Amino acid sequence: MSTQQHDLDALVAQKYQHGFVTDIESDTVPPGLDEDVIRLISRKKGEPQFMLDWRLKAFRHWQTMPKPDWAHLKIAPIDYQAISYYSAPKKKDGPKSLDEVDPKLLATYEKLGVPLHERARLAGVAVDAVFDSVSVATTFKDKLAKAGVIFCPFSDAVRDHPALLEQYLGGVVPYTDNFFAALNSAVFTDGSFVYVPKGVRCPMELSTYFRINAANTGQFERTLIIADEGAYVSYLEGCTAPMRDENQLHAAVVELVAQADAQIKYSTVQNWYPGDENGVGGIYNFVTKRGECRGANSRISWTQVETGSAITWKYPSCVLTGENSVGEFYSVALANHYQQADTGTKMIHIGRNTRSTIVSKGISAGRGQNTYRGLVKILPSAEGARNYTQCDSLLMGDKCGAHTFPYMEIRNPTAVVEHEATTSKIADDQLFYCRSRGISEEDAVNMIVNGFCKAVFKELPMEFAVEAQNLLSVSLEGAVG
Amino acid sequence: MNDIMLSIRDLHAQIGARKILKGINLEVRAGEVHAIMGPNGSGKSTLSSVLAGREGYEVTAGSVEYLGQDLLEMAPEDRARAGVFLAFQYPVEIPGVNNAYLLKAALNAVRKQRGLPEFDAFEFLAMVRDKMKLMQMDESFLNRGVNEGFSGGEKKRNEILQMAVLEPKLALLDETDSGLDIDALRVVANGVNSLRGPDRAIVMVTHYQRLLDYIEPDFVHVLYDGRILKSGDKSLALELEKRGYDWVRQEALVA
Repeated sequence: MSTQQHDLDALVAQKYQHGFVTDIESDTVPPGLDEDVIRLISRKKGEPQFMLDWRLKAFRHWQTMPKPDWAHLKIAPIDYQAISYYSAPKKKDGPKSLDEVDPKLLATYEKLGVPLHERARLAGVAVDAVFDSVSVATTFKDKLAKAGVIFCPFSDAVRDHPALLEQYLGGVVPYTDNFFAALNSAVFTDGSFVYVPKGVRCPMELSTYFRINAANTGQFERTLIIADEGAYVSYLEGCTAPMRDENQLHAAVVELVAQADAQIKYSTVQNWYPGDENGVGGIYNFVTKRGECRGANSRISWTQVETGSAITWKYPSCVLTGENSVGEFYSVALANHYQQADTGTKMIHIGRNTRSTIVSKGISAGRGQNTYRGLVKILPSAEGARNYTQCDSLLMGDKCGAHTFPYMEIRNPTAVVEHEATTSKIADDQLFYCRSRGISEEDAVNMIVNGFCKAVFKELPMEFAVEAQNLLSVSLEGAVG
Repeated sequence: MNDIMLSIRDLHAQIGARKILKGINLEVRAGEVHAIMGPNGSGKSTLSSVLAGREGYEVTAGSVEYLGQDLLEMAPEDRARAGVFLAFQYPVEIPGVNNAYLLKAALNAVRKQRGLPEFDAFEFLAMVRDKMKLMQMDESFLNRGVNEGFSGGEKKRNEILQMAVLEPKLALLDETDSGLDIDALRVVANGVNSLRGPDRAIVMVTHYQRLLDYIEPDFVHVLYDGRILKSGDKSLALELEKRGYDWVRQEALVA
């Protein structure tokens, strides 16, 4: 092994930096899942009857479903009865403001680089912080309320806006959709709800920080974002998790609905614990994310930077129903150590003149396995549909892998579909070039990776792009301002 | 006379089992310009690569001392920070990495080493704009990816721009003239000449006398089959141009 390879290995072997556990009393249900647990969750959250009925239907359906088995992931069997399905920080009456939030909790956010009050105020971002399963602080509610925007914990929405919930819940991701979506529908504990009324441009970027904290508690978030006609909203989701020995299951569902002329931009920076150098202890991340461009001229953009999780299984998708609607997917996925990422998107073209763009950048290092799996489906009704797909893979070292599975189903002859794919290694001569200019090897690697990801980073909101670059330990570009 | 900056003694180097450098001896003082000439495969590029610290070359014997330090023991980035600069024969493309960003990072790494404060974006821009005028480069170069889609001539100009910005003590130019038309050659030579000075040494490796019409060397060395067979002043280059390299080999055989 050359010394360069050796240095590279040392570099990619860096430990996860956000590993710590907050010691807060949790109100946790014993492990196991049956209808009584679901009734308990529903009761603890004070839900109306329709919600409980929906959960139970989902649970009964889930029991009939076979456990999924994917081509390119190695997953140890998951014991669903060994998971605790509810964990809430103990609270008296619930905090009315940040002052009432447990200081230890706030300290956790500080460690994560999320100084809630400071950051939120300075950046003008409303943060609905989800700590384990219950939201503990929401800021900027007033400003949003003035604009008529609803941004609240999902369980508040169930109580306060039941009509919207009944109308939209499960409309994009029905509980019958897949194994994990069914499980989530039965046991979800919280998440975020956003409704932007007709013609309203949401006055700030909405942001939620998710964090898994109590040991052995699966996280089953549920997010529903609705942009009514002509509305615009940009939503940021970021995740970190403390270091753990046992695998943690995360099976979230995100549903987006864009009505006519509406636009939703959904950005994710995901940094869950990926497991140690030997692949022990990381998060299992099985997420169902889907948006529907329901109305004409609507647009949904997914941008994601995935650096964490032991196993990631995630395909943010767009159903392009409305005429002239646009779906976009920009992704950077990093698989290091023993991480496995199987991610991509589905673009389902239904309406006339619908367009979609897919840009996927996969980085594999250590023994990481990175798979892009994408489906472009053009139905007979999608006259004049267009898709452009670009999949690039970057390999660091010689023990990792990159795989690309682009599927296309074209059932309309007027469709135009383009696909480009490249695989490259961080070339020794690129590294040498940077080093011969006085740049350290570590900085050189970061620089090259950053350059590789540029097409995706530029889609992220500014402050998030910075965070994403930091996450990849990439130095900030912008020497010329 | 100035102190010796670079001292190469009996340097042997190989790639795999193939011996390329077979005992190089060379001394370079501050203020001097040396040209190393030789036919293809004589070891010219290997010499500059070994001096800059490229991986893949095994030094089997000899030593290289640079300003009193063992150069061969230093990592490439440490050599650069200590003032060694290699202008590449084939500069690589680094897609998506902003040209200005790389240059600013490089400059600040070097400044830090020299105990100087790092430049902010404004100071950097002011400095680099000046140097770009010298190299007749459009400012749009700053915002392009490093060498991404540059023509051969643009890449070479970019190398000399980097050299002008980094102000090395010892500049190694590896076939900087190759692939340049006459106008580009003039611009590049201008840039190099502007960097000549009593504190700086330049070692250029070249195939052709042509470059030496524009950058006049103090010394010319003939590299042949991994050894320096003959050294002289600039008239030696003219003789090589006229007679080729073979007579040098014959002469060495006789001696």
